[in-house]
Amino acid sequence: MSTVTGTVPARRPASAPRRRAKGRPIWEEVPTWYGQFGKGTVLTVVLALVLVPVYAVILTSFSSKASVTAAGGLVLIPHGLSLQNYQLIFSGGTVTQALWVSFIVTVAGTAISMVVSVLCAYGLSRPRSFAQRPLLMTLIITMFFNGGIIPTFLVVNDFKLYGSLWAMILPNAVSVFNILIIRSFFTNTAAELIEAARLDGASEWKVLWSVVIPTSRPVLAVMTMFYAVGYWGTFFNALLYEPDNSKWPLAMVIYEYTYEGNVMPGMGTTGIGGLSNASQFGIQMAVVSLSLVPIVVFTPFVQKHFAKGMLTGAIKG
Amino acid sequence: MAAITTQEADSPASARRRRFGPSRKQAAGGPRPANKSLRIRLRRDKSLLLMTVPALLLLLAFNYLPMAGIVIVFEHYDIYQGLIHSQFAGLQNFTELFQSSAFWQAFENTLVISFVQLILYFPIPIMLALLVNTVLSPKIRSFIQAVVYLPHFFSYVLVITLFQEFLGGAGALNVFLNRHGISSWNIMTDPGTFKYLVTAQAVWKEAGWGLIVFLAALAAIDQSLYEAAAVDGAGRWRRMRHITLPGLRGIVVLMLVLRLGNALSVGFEQMLIQRQAVGAQSADVLDTFAYIYGIGGGFGQQASFGADYSFGAAAGLFKAVLSLVLVLGANKLAHAFGEDGLYRK
Repeated sequence: MSTVTGTVPARRPASAPRRRAKGRPIWEEVPTWYGQFGKGTVLTVVLALVLVPVYAVILTSFSSKASVTAAGGLVLIPHGLSLQNYQLIFSGGTVTQALWVSFIVTVAGTAISMVVSVLCAYGLSRPRSFAQRPLLMTLIITMFFNGGIIPTFLVVNDFKLYGSLWAMILPNAVSVFNILIIRSFFTNTAAELIEAARLDGASEWKVLWSVVIPTSRPVLAVMTMFYAVGYWGTFFNALLYEPDNSKWPLAMVIYEYTYEGNVMPGMGTTGIGGLSNASQFGIQMAVVSLSLVPIVVFTPFVQKHFAKGMLTGAIKG
Repeated sequence: MAAITTQEADSPASARRRRFGPSRKQAAGGPRPANKSLRIRLRRDKSLLLMTVPALLLLLAFNYLPMAGIVIVFEHYDIYQGLIHSQFAGLQNFTELFQSSAFWQAFENTLVISFVQLILYFPIPIMLALLVNTVLSPKIRSFIQAVVYLPHFFSYVLVITLFQEFLGGAGALNVFLNRHGISSWNIMTDPGTFKYLVTAQAVWKEAGWGLIVFLAALAAIDQSLYEAAAVDGAGRWRRMRHITLPGLRGIVVLMLVLRLGNALSVGFEQMLIQRQAVGAQSADVLDTFAYIYGIGGGFGQQASFGADYSFGAAAGLFKAVLSLVLVLGANKLAHAFGEDGLYRK
């Protein structure tokens, strides 16, 4: 298991002649079949541990009541697909409402967070700017020490945010960690371009908008995603500040009706129908899928930038 | 949080010189711009300062005000009396805290879970990174990465629900066991194995994401070292022992420092969500203790503490101070190992 070697699992008998894999340096020994087999097995298991649960949940959400009953729970082999579960939860009510809340919180929150973070990161990224170090310290201190849950809760109450959607956005709108990553990207890129733009008489706002932001798209994409994912999964702030279940985000609904297994209003066994052709379990899995799918769909697009975004901040400093 | 802060701790002037070279003024032999009067610099940087205002206001409101709000630990805070008029309590909240057996139980749980996570979780991303790094095909590699990064973006509610569907009382595992006449084992509600359950959840969610830093560190190792070693007759295991592992040392120490600094934060949402299922005895940790006894109405044991803001805040402050000590201590340790840690010496 040296670090540069190895092809992807090739399970052939030891006696078969092996070709040197493309990309393997000439000085490196060809790996043994059992080494290859072991690696392949471990990696397959790792992939399965992630993919099987996601697959099973999504498949179950698209399954008819009959196939859910036949499988005794999660469906692993598709038979009898249907959209009943989705029709039911999209027909208005708790889940539709929660989807809207999650959507609004995610879009508004991400927009606010990104604007605030990018502005702050740029404001602190120009060399020798006024009061830069004290301001940076002001930011960094919050990473090391915080007032804790109770004082934060009381402050949010004092701002009259209790019960408002803003309570799920504002308290965590600024991530100092993200600001520092964006800032280190800004300081390290485009120094000459910025200098040139400034000589042309561009204001700082103009420089930020037309030079810095266009050259920093990868890191901004990653940060947008980090923020969006955080808001999409928002749970604790909802638990703390949203007593009214019409303002619950998807995660709260999942907690209440899927994990805790409480019966969703209007979808109980005795409540208004639909349950004759869709099972409670199928509905629960549909709610979970709704929360999963955007992440599964969007993250791979940003993936190639993850390392860049994370590491300019984390490793190079 | 990683080593971003190293840059800040570095001498600012030298860091800037490295990045931008001598300033124009200096090159021309003029005075350093830093000597300009404050007012001129203030006017010059007006728009830069304006840009930081929204973030600073938000931090002031939701980070610094709560820090100031900590004074309620010395009061019997009453939400109707407010901060100023609430009754002064001195250190009574702390004496109550230290006499509470539930608090010590939460403290013990925190340390035990943290320790289990250190032992069982920490090595996994490193081993996985070594393994993924041996995959030559870029396509398969990026597929593996895409898949293992995925759970990082799921919220804990989602992760725990998935675990529930597979391992819970009515989950896939027990359905399977029952069909084969084996008695069921509800892992999700077993207090005895709870620490391993939360570790497994943390591994499932975060281990893949942990790969990123180690893969980057592996890629940063000078590849000609491997060739030279191979030519000298070192096999793959010896190359790993003498090139790869030393190459990872810095990042491993950094990650250990981060882990130690965060030793008292062991998955707040995880514990909160599963508290009812396994019971306070094994699920209460310092974070959740502050919340449950401060706001949560004290359901479970010792309901007499219900909605005692000052008491909860005292538990929170205890944790915050101890965490700060741990972060600083962990950095000292890193410096002793000759590594940078979170910030430089």
